[in-house]
Amino acid sequence: MPPGTRHIFTQQPELPPSVLKFIVRRLILLVPILFGLSLFMVVFLHLLPGDPCGAILGEHSTAENLARCQHGLGLDKPLYQQYFEYMSGVFHGDFGVSATNKVSVATSFLTRFPATIELAVSAMIIAIGVGIPLGVAAAKRQYSLFDNFATVASLIGISIPIFFLGLLLQYVFGVWLHWLPTAGRYDLGAYSYDGAGTNFLLWESLVIDHDPAKFADVVRHLILPALALGTIPLAVVARITRSAVIEVLSEDYVRTARAKGLTSRRVDSRHVLRNAMLPIVTVIGLQTGLLLGGAVLTEQIFSWGGVGNWLFQAAVDKDFVVIQSGALILATIFVVVNLLVDISYAYLNPRIRYS
Amino acid sequence: MTTIVDLDGVSPVAEGRVVGPPPPADVLLDVRGLKTHFHVMDGTVAAVDGVDFQLRRGETLGLVGESGCGKSVTSLTIMRLIDIPPGEIVAGEIWFDGREILSLPMSDMRQIRGADMSMIFQEPMTSLNPVFTVGNQIAEAVKAHRQVSNKEAWNRAVEMLEAVGIPSPERRVKQYPHELSGGMRQRVMIAMALSCDPKLIIADEPTTALDVTIQAQILELIKSMQERTGAALLLITHDLAVVAETVQRMAVMYAGKIVETGTAEDVLLNPKHPYTQGLITSIPSNVARGQRLNVIRGTVPNPFRMPGGCRFQPRCPMAFEPCRDFDPPLRTTDPGRRAACWLHYPASERPTSRDVATSATPMQTERVAKQ
Ligand SMILES: Nc1ncnc2c1ncn2[C@@H]1O[C@H](COP(=O)(O)OP(=O)(O)OP(=O)(O)O)[C@@H](O)[C@H]1O
Ligand SMILES: [Mg+2]
Repeated sequence: MPPGTRHIFTQQPELPPSVLKFIVRRLILLVPILFGLSLFMVVFLHLLPGDPCGAILGEHSTAENLARCQHGLGLDKPLYQQYFEYMSGVFHGDFGVSATNKVSVATSFLTRFPATIELAVSAMIIAIGVGIPLGVAAAKRQYSLFDNFATVASLIGISIPIFFLGLLLQYVFGVWLHWLPTAGRYDLGAYSYDGAGTNFLLWESLVIDHDPAKFADVVRHLILPALALGTIPLAVVARITRSAVIEVLSEDYVRTARAKGLTSRRVDSRHVLRNAMLPIVTVIGLQTGLLLGGAVLTEQIFSWGGVGNWLFQAAVDKDFVVIQSGALILATIFVVVNLLVDISYAYLNPRIRYS
Repeated sequence: MTTIVDLDGVSPVAEGRVVGPPPPADVLLDVRGLKTHFHVMDGTVAAVDGVDFQLRRGETLGLVGESGCGKSVTSLTIMRLIDIPPGEIVAGEIWFDGREILSLPMSDMRQIRGADMSMIFQEPMTSLNPVFTVGNQIAEAVKAHRQVSNKEAWNRAVEMLEAVGIPSPERRVKQYPHELSGGMRQRVMIAMALSCDPKLIIADEPTTALDVTIQAQILELIKSMQERTGAALLLITHDLAVVAETVQRMAVMYAGKIVETGTAEDVLLNPKHPYTQGLITSIPSNVARGQRLNVIRGTVPNPFRMPGGCRFQPRCPMAFEPCRDFDPPLRTTDPGRRAACWLHYPASERPTSRDVATSATPMQTERVAKQ
């Protein structure tokens, strides 16, 4: 392991030095994944009827300007050539340009992804912060009234359509109670952002602008969409926590811990939760990965300028380049998130060897 | 952190119950009339249903009996590790070191557990937490009971590993359970159990899960550690050979009750209870070559439907008149010997069929017979 990488793992110096090898191997695995995905995307998109020119020209399309438009975008070339040119661009870090608004995919992604991250992370904080205690409480009172209530609530949480929940939240807390804003990331009337910063508005308002009022405004805008988006992960985390804790509670080593004379609190927080975290972490990672891919419905309902909205529009416009590159970038992020999960899993579970 | 319910918080016995006088000071553990039942879906399991025995300071006692007779539940009740519910301690007293521990608040019990009495479990493979180093887990036990620094607790862990014969303890102490063999793990469990110098060690079938070759070593270790520390030992086993080699006194348990107690030598050489006799003659080494293994006929009673009268009576080759209706209480037959069998009562003290009319339940008979 080269110097400089070790400090990440100082808490657990026993971690085998093969961690780096493991990471590199997983990243190498990305290459075939991305090749396969891009090939699939290109073929699939071209099998679908229509192309970006249809969307751009709309009602004004004639055979003549359609052909010109397609030529301009290179859509008249053979498919293998289009693919080759696209991929050689990607290899040089060029993810292409949107056919509809001529903005580079990389630029659009970088301005929109922070909005998605803020929303996804907030949703996961709600999901984890509520889901884990809920699951632990339900497990410890298995089959009690509380447990049954939590079970029903989780099932509703998992099965409630997100657009319905979103509209309900908007109606109750926005229209009816007037407590929270229902659209956008900040109050357009009170503040303006020039888009020059990172577009992480929580960060920008608090750390760069030192403006608590702005920060509070951003937080207030986050609450409802984060609640809507966090409900499913919350229910999933609560369910998996419950079953994991129930399983661990019956383990012999929990009895050993109690036999040592430890307090219930210590047995739970150290011996039970630490082991129960293993499946929970996996689920949290998967859910985070999914949310980072953009939440189309939530972003639509709450006019959230994230990648979900953007890709949805690209799909409507048949904006091939945006869809392809967006999918590649998100797939990479998904793989990296799962890699982080595996690393933390191995950190939590010393029985795992990187191999 | 996220503790919501204190699982141990439930008091095991009714408030304000009256207990008997404490045992003499040289008696470390006195279990009296203990009954631990489990309320499960299909009914109530009387897992422990009237257990009496005493253990003096520094003494070793073997508790033997067939699988399912309630040995583990007895030991877990003494440690107060029974989950309530589904468990319930229906009756009895447990005197430990001068205190009746069933009425102690859980916070006091916690100070006893792991410090004054500690337990070695049957399954070394699963009894250690897989995500913590063994040193961490031993040090945790030390820190739970002693005002010591992390460093001191860790040093104690190394010292204990050395004491239980683990080579290169400084290296082993940093390893995780999965890096150790079954025998090593059981040594770690022993080190953990002894780390706070307990007065009582409860070992629940400590060698059953181990390789035959390792079993003798671990038993030898437990015995030598017991001798070295002067702790009392309650050794639970179903292996009579182990009892013969390891303990001074033994108690034989059948279907939730103690049926015979005495010195290991007396009981093994001169068993009084027909069940003990059956156990001893069923040991393969006692059977001449070619002779059929004398396994006790019949099966262990269904825990949901214990037979009335003596529980062993349906399987007993010597059952006679009173056995069907009356459960014999333990009776001192010789100094230091007790047996629960009507054969060992003088004819005048045996209940007759006339008593059935007056005392319908075996419980009442038990009380009558005690007077
Ligand atoms: N938590 C529980 N819930 C319900 N029944 C239980 C529970 N624990 C033990 N029992 C029952 O109590 C009885 C006695 O069990 P115990 O484990 O004490 O037997 P044992 O003598 O230790 O047997 P073994 O030699 O197999 O370890 C069994 O019938 C068992 O099914
Ligand atoms: Mg047992």
